[in-house]
Formats: sequence, C-alpha cells, structure tokens
Amino acid sequence: MKHLVILGAGTAGTMMANHLSHHLKRPEWRISIVDEKTEHHYQPGYLFLPFDIYEPEDIVKSIDEFIPKTVDLVQGAIDKVVPSENKVLMHDGSVLVYDVLIVATGAKTAPEEIEGMKGNEWYKSVFDFYTFEGSLSLRNKLRDWKGGKLVVHITEMPIKCPVAPLEFAFLADSYFKHKHIRDKVEITYVTPLSGAFTKPKATEALEHLLQEKNINIESDFAIEHVDNEKKEIVDYGGRAIPFDILVTVPTNKGDEVIARSGMGDDLNYVPTHKATLQSKEYANVFVLGDASNIPASKAGSVAHFEAEILTDNILHFVKGEPLKEEFDGHANCFIETGNGKALLIDFNYTHEPVEGTFPFPGVGPLRLLKESRMNHMGKLAFRWIYWNVLLKGTHIPFVSASMSEAGKKYN
Amino acid sequence: MEKTIAGKSIAVNEEGYMTDFKQWDKSIGEALATEAEINLTPRHWDVLTYLQTEYRNEVPLSIRKIGKSGVVDIKEFYQLFPKAPLKTATKIAGIPKPASCI
Repeated sequence: MKHLVILGAGTAGTMMANHLSHHLKRPEWRISIVDEKTEHHYQPGYLFLPFDIYEPEDIVKSIDEFIPKTVDLVQGAIDKVVPSENKVLMHDGSVLVYDVLIVATGAKTAPEEIEGMKGNEWYKSVFDFYTFEGSLSLRNKLRDWKGGKLVVHITEMPIKCPVAPLEFAFLADSYFKHKHIRDKVEITYVTPLSGAFTKPKATEALEHLLQEKNINIESDFAIEHVDNEKKEIVDYGGRAIPFDILVTVPTNKGDEVIARSGMGDDLNYVPTHKATLQSKEYANVFVLGDASNIPASKAGSVAHFEAEILTDNILHFVKGEPLKEEFDGHANCFIETGNGKALLIDFNYTHEPVEGTFPFPGVGPLRLLKESRMNHMGKLAFRWIYWNVLLKGTHIPFVSASMSEAGKKYN
Repeated sequence: MEKTIAGKSIAVNEEGYMTDFKQWDKSIGEALATEAEINLTPRHWDVLTYLQTEYRNEVPLSIRKIGKSGVVDIKEFYQLFPKAPLKTATKIAGIPKPASCI
C-alpha cells in the first residue's frame, strides 16, 4: 500500500486531506495527516476578536471534526523530515515512510527576531493580533483603554494576509468612533513598504481611505528595535515613532521543522515551483499554503485555489504523467474598512487588483476595490463558508482556481 | 522611457529604475548616485557589486538578506544609502526595484 503524508492540519493541509480522500483510496493508498495541535483556528477571526466582534468560540473548533474518517490523523510533534530517505521522524521516535509528501506547515510569528519586541511591554502595551493569545490580550486592553497613540505596525514582508494590518487600522477607527473616544486616539500606520499596499492601484484606493479616516501613514520604516522604556519603535535610520499601544505584525517565518529538516530558505519557507507547487528539490514533495516561498499572498483563499490545482497535480504525479503548470497566484481577499463596509480584491501573479464586479462580470453582486455593505456581508458570510465549504475542499460555485479577467477594469 | 545620463542614453521606468541592466556601467552608476545625492565610496561599491551579483543569480533581494550577507550590516547599509537604502541602492546599481512579494 502506498502512503501519502500531509504535514500540518491547518487550512491548507485539511483541504488537501479532503480533496485527496476522494481519489487516493484503500487498498492502493493510505493518507495520513500530522499535527501536534488539537484545535483548528479560523485565523481571519483574530482580526475581529480585539474589537469584540467575534467571541473565542466563533473561531476555535476541534481539528478532527474536519479530517475525513478515511484519513489517519496522527497527533504528535514532528522532529524532522529526511526527504532523501522519504521519511518523517516523529518526536516520540516513530517514523512515517512516505511515497508522496505534502508540506502544509504554515507560517507563524517570530517576535524574537526584533530586539525588545518581546520585552517588558509584551502583552502590556505591545501586542500582536496574529495569535489567539495576542488577539485576546489586545481585546482586554482595548476594552478599558481611554485613548492615546495607537501604532499599527508591520515588521517586514512577507506576512500572512498582507491586508490584515490595514483592516485592523480601519476597524480601530470605527471601534473608537462607536466608543465616542475617536478624538482621543491618534492612529498611525507604520509599514516597511513605500505605501499602504504592494500593488499600485490598491495602494491608491487604500491610502485614500486612510486619509478619509484620519489615519497617519509612515512608510519605508524598517524597524531596528522596540524601546520599552521610551515606548517607541526605532528604525535603522534612527527614525522613532512613539506609542501608547503598539499593535505589531512580527516577522513571519515558516515552521522550525522546515529549518531542522534543511528544507527552507532564510525564513524557513520551502523553495517551490510557483506554477506546479512541486518542491524545487524533491520530486515527490509538494508544498501549499503559507509554507511555500511562491510569490503569492499567504492567505486562505490562495491555499484554496492551490488545493484544487495541487489535487490534479498529485494525481498526475502518482500516474507518472507530466504536471500541469497552472497555478497563477490567484488571491481573493475581503478588506474590512469599518462601519459595516468592506472592499474586495481579486488578483494574481501578473494582474494587480483593480475595480470591477465579482464574481459575475458587469453584475456583481460584489464590487472590486470599492467599499460596500455587500462586501462586508461577504466577509462575515465567509466564516460560515470556511467551516462548512472551504475546509471540506468543496468547490466554491462561480469562483475558479485561475483568476478571471472578465468584469475587471484594466487600462 | 529614455533618459540621458553621463552622456549616454538609458531606458528607465516611470520611477527612474533602469529597465535594461546591460546598459549600466560605472559612469552611469556614478551619475545616478549624484542624482540621489550620494558620494560613492569603496564601501558603496562593495554593496552595489553584491546587489548586482545577487540580481544576476536571480536571488530576490530584501533588507533582511542584505543584513545577513556578510557584505554589510543593516545599520551600515542605512548609513551608506540613507532613508530607503534598498530602493536607492538598487536604482544606482541599475537593477529593478525589489518587489516585496505579497
């Protein structure tokens, strides 16, 4: 019996387990999925937790609920992968031998990368919202905060969900308005990029929104350290920005197991062919989601589109057929802009986000790169879709894995 | 877009980055540095040469990578090319502005 092993039962790994369970069946195939955690977190929910929009129970479920019964869930820590021997060594000494390996170990925050970030003020006035703990302690802090300087900050790119810090700034504006203390809060958005976002048209639209919401922007800021005494962040050029609350997105890195296995780059991301999702070094290793180094967004929507294409490619691979070079970097992200509105962006490796309608050209009902209530409803509905459709690997109607150019306004 | 610099014609994009590295030479580098108000010293050249080598090897550039390159640490990189060092240095080196992937 052949063995396919998936490392990581997060968004990407769980979707692959569901997809492949329909195709690779016993007695020819056995599928295992490995994770040390027992809880599956809806990570986009971390954005809403600090503002009391979601409760913890909205975003946490049990991992095994989403793994098909025909797939073996191995709950334990991975010591390392030995790709040259097709083996996964587990912490408890057991060994998984594979024919095909899917790496879906994700990315996580590494605040220890920046001097002083995880210092005395950590979770007192310095917070992240990319972890459950960070997001929850930030909620508790904001609940009785009376105002001051709120700094929303990105340490370095790439990060998971690159729009999330902007959404945080927009939602903060809305949150303090509702609490009638917006005039007592100064919000500053600090980024290592040259503008609000990485793509020109979206940057223009988003910077306009920042201005409209009276949020200052400090760009080209490469942080050197957090000064816990003076409560300021300082960049390599000596520029200092003071804060009363710092909400930072620390450096994001791939999992340590990738480093221990010698399979990653300097940020522990696995070098991956961007159109086939095959590892550049090992033919029987495939990588999807945040764990890879492909130049696409680290986002659940990307993992969803990747999973459809990777399923086809794994089936080609096991039959000895050539792989399809189909993945185009498709990403689709809602951007919460506060006050019950949101933007939607849809883009890929070669096409930046532009205005238009989605998913039906000329009709919508969702509008691209424009604020609307319908987009916000879409974002909220997405939590249900995530738990009930996305993780199960069900195709989302009318939204194809490759991006459609129809209904979009390219010049 | 064409631009004349150091007596030569070079192709640049709307942000002033050269679009054809083959057109670059040291005199163009000097002239681009003058435009950026930077006086090139041998240390600047160490960094520029390193960036060009990485570009030829198709290695994506980031501040973090340069800090770990052993050629220059980030602090000195900022001293050599103040404010936005990676953007300024790549422009002088005649290579594309690094795309921070998203």
